[in-house]
Amino acid sequence: MIMDSSVVFSLRLSLQVAFAATVLIIVIGLPIAYLLARKNFPGKELLDISLTLPLVLPPTVTGYYLILAFGRNGFIGRYLYKWLDWSIMFTWYAAVLASFVVALPLMIKTGRAALEGVDRNLINAAYTLGHSEWETALKVTLPLAKRGLLAGIVLSFARALGEFGATLMVAGNIPGKTDTMPLAIYSLSASGEREQAAGMVVLLTLVAALFLYLANRYSRRIF
Amino acid sequence: MIFYVTANIKWNNLRIRGTEMKRTLTIFSMLCFIFFCAYPSGALADEVTVSAAISLKNAFEEIGKLYEAKYSKTKVLFNFGASGDLVRQMVGGAPVDVFASAAQKDMDDMNAKGMVLPGTRADFAKNSVVLVAPRSGKIKSFEDLATERIKRIATGNPKTVPAGRYAAEVFDYYKLMSVIKDKLIYAENVRQVLDYVARGEVDAGVVYSTDAAVRSAEVSVAAEAPESSHKPVVYPIAVMKGTRNEAAAKAFVDAVLSKEGIAILKKYGFRIP
Repeated sequence: MIMDSSVVFSLRLSLQVAFAATVLIIVIGLPIAYLLARKNFPGKELLDISLTLPLVLPPTVTGYYLILAFGRNGFIGRYLYKWLDWSIMFTWYAAVLASFVVALPLMIKTGRAALEGVDRNLINAAYTLGHSEWETALKVTLPLAKRGLLAGIVLSFARALGEFGATLMVAGNIPGKTDTMPLAIYSLSASGEREQAAGMVVLLTLVAALFLYLANRYSRRIF
Repeated sequence: MIFYVTANIKWNNLRIRGTEMKRTLTIFSMLCFIFFCAYPSGALADEVTVSAAISLKNAFEEIGKLYEAKYSKTKVLFNFGASGDLVRQMVGGAPVDVFASAAQKDMDDMNAKGMVLPGTRADFAKNSVVLVAPRSGKIKSFEDLATERIKRIATGNPKTVPAGRYAAEVFDYYKLMSVIKDKLIYAENVRQVLDYVARGEVDAGVVYSTDAAVRSAEVSVAAEAPESSHKPVVYPIAVMKGTRNEAAAKAFVDAVLSKEGIAILKKYGFRIP
């Protein structure tokens, strides 16, 4: 296996992107999952569906939407470009954005299911004992749903690590800048450098298998 | 994914009853059956597959119609892409009858592998390399690329895209490469470069003059690269060894080289060598 500097760069970038996306997913996805599991509000199912769509849509469709939103002429990107003279396109942040959007449904779906599975009697007991919503969430609901939430986080990380289609569309495939492992593997095999690609293929397969094993371990104990 | 589905079913206490499950499975297997029957596996003998540089797309699609109308009863299937990618596909075993590339190098690569049918190779079109910018763009020359306000420049990936190699040669000619290295955004083929420019995602890009004409409403030509700044852009075409339909493949090459074929190429801005 050849481990030259570009392979090391892609590996590091992939982990960096997946890690950043997972942090975002925990910070943003977990509260949304909680909201969907515990509250009723108009448009609830619509929110669930629109955030889950990237799970079933081809990543190219997700990428297309992201370009519409964040491209230099996109409805959000336009203002970023005008005010900050900066565009997320073709930067590693774009790879984080793509991985975040594509992996978010795994957190929301798994998280919502885990939180809905918490015994309501225990939550109500916490309320009657004078705990606020916030305290109940932190001390009762979230700890009881811990394994399911962890499974969601692990799955999201694994999905973020493997994101290809949407990333290619918004972050490009720029050697030494945005070529995460899936993108580097694509370039290497397209330009016939099979031996270089093989190392990364094996590495990604092992990492993905490890994360699936972890997700299985966490989720099994819920039941 | 399987994990996710099973977990979700359990957690939501969703009960799928036996009969419902059976019905779903029956419908699913019927659909599978229909889809597998609908698509015949393997290519048919009365088809000719043409792998061509993506810059030839519009011209070749029109030549394809001419060919089907006049030259042969054979159906043409086009596979457009970066010449380097097309070579990889063929080396990897893709069944291709005719190959047309945007640079001599890619055809030479095929020749070196012994995959070109001897006596069928011909140069049929010439192109020029231009610097394009979005319509609102503010550059006038290649030297402008070094300025502060140009942040992103798209070119094809030189590894697989001939237009990217020509662009690199032009940058070297102007001694720009070291200055603009960090601004470069590599695209998978020349039409993607054009798209990046047309969408305004980049400030400039290097494409062929024929590409710039395809989306002239969105991009403007800022400068043309002097002929001496890069290898001549001469497109070769050839029939591939192992073609299943040599007569039809040769007829396609004839259609490209015919008077009408040349007229179509000229219409899209190609010059004839």
